[in-house]
Amino acid sequence: MGKNRVYLKGNEAIAYGALEAGLNAYFAYPITPSSEIPETLAKEFGNKKYPEYKFFLQAASELEAINMVIGAASGGTRAMTATSSPGFSLKQEGLSYAACMELPLLIVDICRAGPGLGNLGPEQSDYFQGTKGGGHGNYRLIVLAPATVQEMALLPRVGFDLAFKYRNPTLILGDAFTGQLKEDVEFPEFTPQHYDVSAWATTGAKGRSPHILNSLELDFQKHFKHLGKIYEKYQQAQEKEVRFEEYHTEDAETVIIAFGIASRIAKGAVNKLRSKGMKIGLFRPITLWPFPAPQLKALASQGKRFLVVELNMGQMLEDVKLAVGDGVTVDFFGKWGGVVPTEAEIEGKVRRLEVIAI
Amino acid sequence: MTQVAYTVKLGKLDSITEAPTHYCAGCEHGILTRLIGAAIDDLGIREKTVMIDSVGCSVLAFNYFNCDHIVAAHGRAPAVAAGLKRVHPELMIFSVQGDGDAASIGLLELIYAAKRSTPITIFLVNNAIYGMTGGQMAPTTLEGQVTTTTPFGRDVHMTGTELDASKLLSGIDGAAYVKRVSLAIQEISSHRGSVYTIKNLLDAKKAVENAFKVQALGGFAFVELLSTCSINWKMSVLEAKRFVNEKVVKKFPLGLYRDTYGVEKQ
Repeated sequence: MGKNRVYLKGNEAIAYGALEAGLNAYFAYPITPSSEIPETLAKEFGNKKYPEYKFFLQAASELEAINMVIGAASGGTRAMTATSSPGFSLKQEGLSYAACMELPLLIVDICRAGPGLGNLGPEQSDYFQGTKGGGHGNYRLIVLAPATVQEMALLPRVGFDLAFKYRNPTLILGDAFTGQLKEDVEFPEFTPQHYDVSAWATTGAKGRSPHILNSLELDFQKHFKHLGKIYEKYQQAQEKEVRFEEYHTEDAETVIIAFGIASRIAKGAVNKLRSKGMKIGLFRPITLWPFPAPQLKALASQGKRFLVVELNMGQMLEDVKLAVGDGVTVDFFGKWGGVVPTEAEIEGKVRRLEVIAI
Repeated sequence: MTQVAYTVKLGKLDSITEAPTHYCAGCEHGILTRLIGAAIDDLGIREKTVMIDSVGCSVLAFNYFNCDHIVAAHGRAPAVAAGLKRVHPELMIFSVQGDGDAASIGLLELIYAAKRSTPITIFLVNNAIYGMTGGQMAPTTLEGQVTTTTPFGRDVHMTGTELDASKLLSGIDGAAYVKRVSLAIQEISSHRGSVYTIKNLLDAKKAVENAFKVQALGGFAFVELLSTCSINWKMSVLEAKRFVNEKVVKKFPLGLYRDTYGVEKQ
């Protein structure tokens, strides 16, 4: 790709982004609307442009795919899989194990409408499952939320980087809209950072003591300590890895908080309201975990009102309320079931809020 | 009677640690640990061996085998093994799975590892019961056998008949080596009272070695090892061994089910 501008679907951009980020192995299971990711990676397998890309396999189930990723990640390689909501539920088992085993891996969830089979339209309703540790036990995923196809192309770089830096599974939480959206993208030159895996990878105990990647610890005190170490890692990530975008928040009286596709629609609404002289801004979390809570608290302390816009029934809303604390106006506007709010609807919602505030 | 020459290495093995095992008295897991360790030592592959520890009685194997380990989720060991093997084909990867792990919750992972001819080695310890969880019905539990979840005996009209993993895999082209052996020592009649032969163990040893050789040749290798669980079967150790050799083998006949590379003839 180089620096050339290319016209890609969001899902294709994630696939090429992963290749540019030094992907070694991809384990696939098809599910709409994420299947262009494995399709692209199947097509590019063997392309000499990506010498690090050594293995592609379509697994027999979502569970098999995530456990193959676990095996490949245990060997210290850059392994990845992608899925969509019903499949993401099935991935939770593997992610819980991987988090406890401190495995760096990258997973993509192109969120569609749920619950159950739902439909193929966009939702952001896997927010809870993605950000709260959707499997059993105490753990977190690092969660990145792209809003544009360009971001989908670049976030795999960040994703693998954070996964190896923190030895923790990283999730790119997209949605059916951005996954299927076609836009111009650029792939700036990039050399993936090398991470030394020799201290833990299971590559054969030659001239060293065995490496054991394990989530089982029957000794309560030892398990307490192991999880404590992971807990510290999470605290570090919370301090250092928060990513977000602010748009006209400085003088804004009302700030819309939205991520992914909802934030793009909200941005359009902000532009329209601004053109009419209203002081509206947008705050877009890029890392859904760690959540930009301190940044939101700072905005709240300036006396701003908030409107959370999501393609769900109010999931990030809970984190926003926790972040800003009591006595702050936090309103919510959501659509679900594959229905996407229009700019005009968000505009209308903001106007009604402004009226109430006056 | 044909005499078969076997060699058995005595003393400490490089690939076995000195940790005492948690296995119950009379359990064949300890014997299998030794057989696998001996095979790894004899083949000189310890430094490139990774064991995938499955969920069940084998889950603490990382304490016993002096090699790298990944502890997999219940039933997923073949998938984890496959993932690692694909990115590190130079490694020798094996797992010891139980009948619940491999033949129930992880049947898909087992079948597809075989179907793709994944070069890994799977040892299935078939003791006809869920041992670690306290003696519930396994897919391999015999008809009429009493377990904690079949307190009146396994009713095959309700639960289906016993799952024969070796027979199942024998129908899969990708499986290069499928063999069923017994780890239960066998009583032979003698005018001086009870005498036991370890021929079963020596056969098992050969199968364990072959299973690694087949992986080295690039094939999927599977050895099912009939075992006892005297604690959960509520039998004495020797009664349990007799049960395997008299009853279990009738349902799960010993023998070679597949040998694509002809390693048995070498």
